[in-house]
Amino acid sequence: MNAPMVKAEAVHKRFGRLEVLKGVSLEVAPGEVMCLLGPSGSGKSTLLRCINHLEKINSGRLSVDGELVGYRQVGEKLHELRESEVALKRSQIGMVFQHFNLFPHMTALENVTCAPLRVKNEPRDRADSRARELLGQVGLGDKVDAYPSQLSGGQQQRVAIARALAMEPKLMLFDEPTSALDPELVGDVLAAMQQLARDGMTMIVVTHEMGFAREVADTVVFMDAGVVVESGKPADVLSNPSHERTRAFLSKVL
Amino acid sequence: MSSGQATPAATGRPEDITAVPVRRPGRWVAAAIVLVIAVAVVRSLATNPNFQWGVVGEYLFDGRILHGLRVTIELTVIAMAIGIVLGVLLAIMRLSPNWLVSWASSFYIWFFRGTPVLVQLLFWYNVAALYPKLALGIPFGPAFIHADANKLITPFTAAILGLGLNEGAYMAEIVRAGIISVDPGQADAAQSLGMTRLQTMRRIVLPQAMRVIIPPTGNETISMLKTSSLASVIVVTELLYASQLIYSVNFKTIPLLITASFWYIVCTSVLYVGQYYLERYYGRGAREREQTPLQRIRAGLLSFRHQPPR
Repeated sequence: MNAPMVKAEAVHKRFGRLEVLKGVSLEVAPGEVMCLLGPSGSGKSTLLRCINHLEKINSGRLSVDGELVGYRQVGEKLHELRESEVALKRSQIGMVFQHFNLFPHMTALENVTCAPLRVKNEPRDRADSRARELLGQVGLGDKVDAYPSQLSGGQQQRVAIARALAMEPKLMLFDEPTSALDPELVGDVLAAMQQLARDGMTMIVVTHEMGFAREVADTVVFMDAGVVVESGKPADVLSNPSHERTRAFLSKVL
Repeated sequence: MSSGQATPAATGRPEDITAVPVRRPGRWVAAAIVLVIAVAVVRSLATNPNFQWGVVGEYLFDGRILHGLRVTIELTVIAMAIGIVLGVLLAIMRLSPNWLVSWASSFYIWFFRGTPVLVQLLFWYNVAALYPKLALGIPFGPAFIHADANKLITPFTAAILGLGLNEGAYMAEIVRAGIISVDPGQADAAQSLGMTRLQTMRRIVLPQAMRVIIPPTGNETISMLKTSSLASVIVVTELLYASQLIYSVNFKTIPLLITASFWYIVCTSVLYVGQYYLERYYGRGAREREQTPLQRIRAGLLSFRHQPPR
């Protein structure tokens, strides 16, 4: 088996006195799609934010593509990475948020080209044509000049996916990408994600969409109260959970 | 509307309600009172000879007045420029995680907002009494450039310093309010794309903060134009002092104050229009863009012309 794309070993994260992650360990192989399930407050979103170093972990080890997140190991000591180094690593990890977080003062096209232009210093014509291609792939070829406020939630989320893909990431993190959407708009976003999974992208998806987890995920991880309760193939975890806690959660959401 | 001549039956729309409106006598009384007051004011303006409108016209384009107007505009532009740059800097300092940097900004704002700007102007005007010699060099070390404070700090520079440094304190609070009004998710999204903190601030946060920053900044600019008249006390020949110099000789006080007021109102009106377009620009993407008054007039004229005769 290949070296893991993401490896978490006993990751702890505290906010003040509140311990959100209490020793999370997991591995995601390249090309794998992992769905994180669990009740709210179980630490799923925090784990995603830690992988992108939007939050610093308090203890444990977290690495992406064989390199520590946020630190450099020199002998026994850990050195904090400089801001530019952190930014470079983040640019290789795409993230999609629950509330889309599109830049409202930019058109769909500008949202997608913004990072390639500013972070990668790509020439404008290449960034533009690539952005049009990506927006076309998520079914928004006719909305390139629309501002986020002129788009529906589902359209905004698909622009956000295109925006993340424009940086050609090696890993995509989805933080409840469909939770803020009207039920009838969820399908288009899930379809875009499914296509991405089929193309071989490594993905970690925090979601409550059991159908998506069952169909697309290679691994399903159930978290509760800051720890991984159980993980395995979707058929096993979703249909035949071995833990009482997982069973109780699934009986409520399925 | 182009569908104006279509009958309700043709469009299939139900007929509009026609009802006898409620009588509102109170409104009529209020309107009558306003009208009476307006007539009295206009009549007084026109008939009271002490206004000396002829003298106002005579001095409106007087060279000294126009020069004063220029100085007023220069003061406003330079002091506001200093205020805005200083304000952005102080706001970012105030939000810094380093407590000393944040505290320094708070202290600055506390101090400059806590003292009257007139006192600050007089202070800068008399700064030579405090520091007769100014020097540029390494702190506690050798100095490279020496200058006589009296020559360096002219009344005009004193006015610029006083108005600009004071404005920085107010602008800092306006900019800070703008920055914290932007959803933190915006910074998350920008940073997850690999932008540095500086890029995030410049490309993502500040342009959105502008929507909140521009309206009060417009007010500040209009206010600054008028506050710059305080520089008259430290012998800067801005618009007010230029008028005062003239009426101290010919004693035509009222018409010259009216002359100055006329130019102040012209300038604030121009600023008001500028603010409108600036707000429109930074509001892009926030809502459906409404037409500017000019566009509305033009559209109105066109649709009027295209309306078929009845």
